Amino acid sequence: MKFYMMHLMPYADLDLDYDKTHNSAWITLPNSYYDPKKGAKLYNRYLDELEYADQLGFDGVCVNEHHQNAYGLMPQPGVMAGALARRTKKVKIAILGRALPLLNNPVTVAEEFAMVDNITEGRFIAGFVRGIGAEYHAWSSNPADSHERFHEAHDLIIRAWTETGPFAFEGKHYQFEYVNLWPRPYQTPRPPIWIPSQGSSETIEWASHPDRRYTYLQTFTPVAMLAKYMQMYKDMAAEHGYEATEDQLGWSVPLYVAETDEIARREAKPHIENFLNKFLRMPKEMLLPPGYLSLKSMLGVMKAKSSIGGQQTIDDVIDKGMFICGSPETVRQKLEQYQSEIGFGHLLTLLQFGTLPAELTRKNMELYATAVMPWLRDRQSVAKTQVAAE
Amino acid sequence: MAHEETFETVAGCKIRIMRGGKGEPLLFLHGASGASRWLPFMDMLAERYDVIVPEHPGFGASDTPEWLDTVGDLAYFYLDVIDHLGLDKVHLVGTSIGGWIAAELATRSCEKIRSLTLVAPAGITVHGVRKGDMFMWSPEELAQNLFHNQEIARAMPQPANEEELLVVLKNRLMTAKLGWSPRFHNPHLKKWLHRIAVPTLIIWGDDDKLIPTAYGPAYRDLIPASSLEIIPECGHLPHVEKAQEFTSKVVDFLQGAA
Repeated sequence: MKFYMMHLMPYADLDLDYDKTHNSAWITLPNSYYDPKKGAKLYNRYLDELEYADQLGFDGVCVNEHHQNAYGLMPQPGVMAGALARRTKKVKIAILGRALPLLNNPVTVAEEFAMVDNITEGRFIAGFVRGIGAEYHAWSSNPADSHERFHEAHDLIIRAWTETGPFAFEGKHYQFEYVNLWPRPYQTPRPPIWIPSQGSSETIEWASHPDRRYTYLQTFTPVAMLAKYMQMYKDMAAEHGYEATEDQLGWSVPLYVAETDEIARREAKPHIENFLNKFLRMPKEMLLPPGYLSLKSMLGVMKAKSSIGGQQTIDDVIDKGMFICGSPETVRQKLEQYQSEIGFGHLLTLLQFGTLPAELTRKNMELYATAVMPWLRDRQSVAKTQVAAE
Repeated sequence: MAHEETFETVAGCKIRIMRGGKGEPLLFLHGASGASRWLPFMDMLAERYDVIVPEHPGFGASDTPEWLDTVGDLAYFYLDVIDHLGLDKVHLVGTSIGGWIAAELATRSCEKIRSLTLVAPAGITVHGVRKGDMFMWSPEELAQNLFHNQEIARAMPQPANEEELLVVLKNRLMTAKLGWSPRFHNPHLKKWLHRIAVPTLIIWGDDDKLIPTAYGPAYRDLIPASSLEIIPECGHLPHVEKAQEFTSKVVDFLQGAA
């Protein structure tokens, strides 16, 4: 199993009373709530944290894309990847991802990713998503065309990376007379591709197809759902006549480890609850614009009205396995159990969340990197040796 | 008044059509909320006209064809529908998105059109006058914002079962497909509204929170033989909120135009 530090880079200095006058930290929250002096410090702090992950022995660092919100300050994640490319030495750098349907010109992403792949001499991982529904409000991109544009942009980028140019591209949404990428990607035939999702059988079907075998990354969902979707991937791969490897399955989860269970819970509580109730807060109409989900899925959401909104507590998310929190021993046991039961090969931990301050973030990272990661690596190599010996 | 329901296949797309009354043909093009029900104003118009109410492709019980991408596609489609039904001298009435379709249709050809009535039509943009964002509104806010009279808003029927809820979601999906961006307008339509060569009545509520009343004069100034009627204490759906007043204005206009 490989270990990654995921960062959302939230605007942690957000005035948390914003919700007395605004219904979301997204799209409609005035950007007068953003103070560039504080934001500048946060950006540099967060980049320092990801660079520190390189020194602590993580296998990779991950950034992503969200627009017009306080939840994540990386509308252009390539800027972050560029900054990290030169300052890190060993870690993989993953952009998870770009939201392809938003793009008016997907070649920009093919170019940008290829540049990072070259600068890092192949330490780059590409992530493609449709983006959450709010992005369609933020970029005025039509959610009803989301699926079509995703697939067309994906096909264009893959061809740009793998085919000798120039070639013409004649799509419904994108047309080019000349596609001829300079630079070509460093990795052959292209960088690894990860598909983050909150769980969708259509996405899993597509990612697991033998033509693609992309790594499916389950993000922020109850562990029972994680198990279900990972199994779905394996089953679909088996139907196609091949066995899915651990490398094709990843999990992204917020995590907090401290000296004891009690300390961990106490230190994490306000910050994870801010993450859930302040930074993620948005009405259903913002989260799920028409066309973002299939009519059948949307009908399901409408019938389960109560599942969106409402205040969540640290205990809610710990109980569901959406947040791993505790002493090193507790965290090790949970992760080992989930990994052995579910069989994912990439573990992305969100070690800063919501308002978690710098010193607690560093403590969390250090304890995770010294008391959890090595232990799990040892267990894995022992298990592998045993398998090899049998 | 009795009306009948049929399905017709036009341009490879099966659509549901409600039809009732006798007289000159009046083709009504519905807005974002569809046309699943025969409404009181249709009854009133059916006393004098042959009222034809299709559900647009992609809405309600009609099919969603592969070819449907823009309101322009629907304008051509309804020219085909007029031919398919053998209609001539049609009184074309459209509301909101349906008004946009009607305006696009009339810029393409008025050959079979006798008059045009646009009710709070989408289709153009007035610089600096912001439309309401119905895609950000909750179902409750949508009902409130569509009406001036909040008693009527509260009395509007909500989806009674899964089938009706599915129709609401389907209509909303196609509304987004047609109107998400550019938001509820075609930047090129303004250039060609001068081609509309039939008498045109534009009707607007004075308290329209979706497409502000200021759009009325803009439309009137762009269509040559047009007049504007503002209905007081009325929201985005005059044909529902002020059905009687709406119908008498339309009938007066159509009789003058005939």
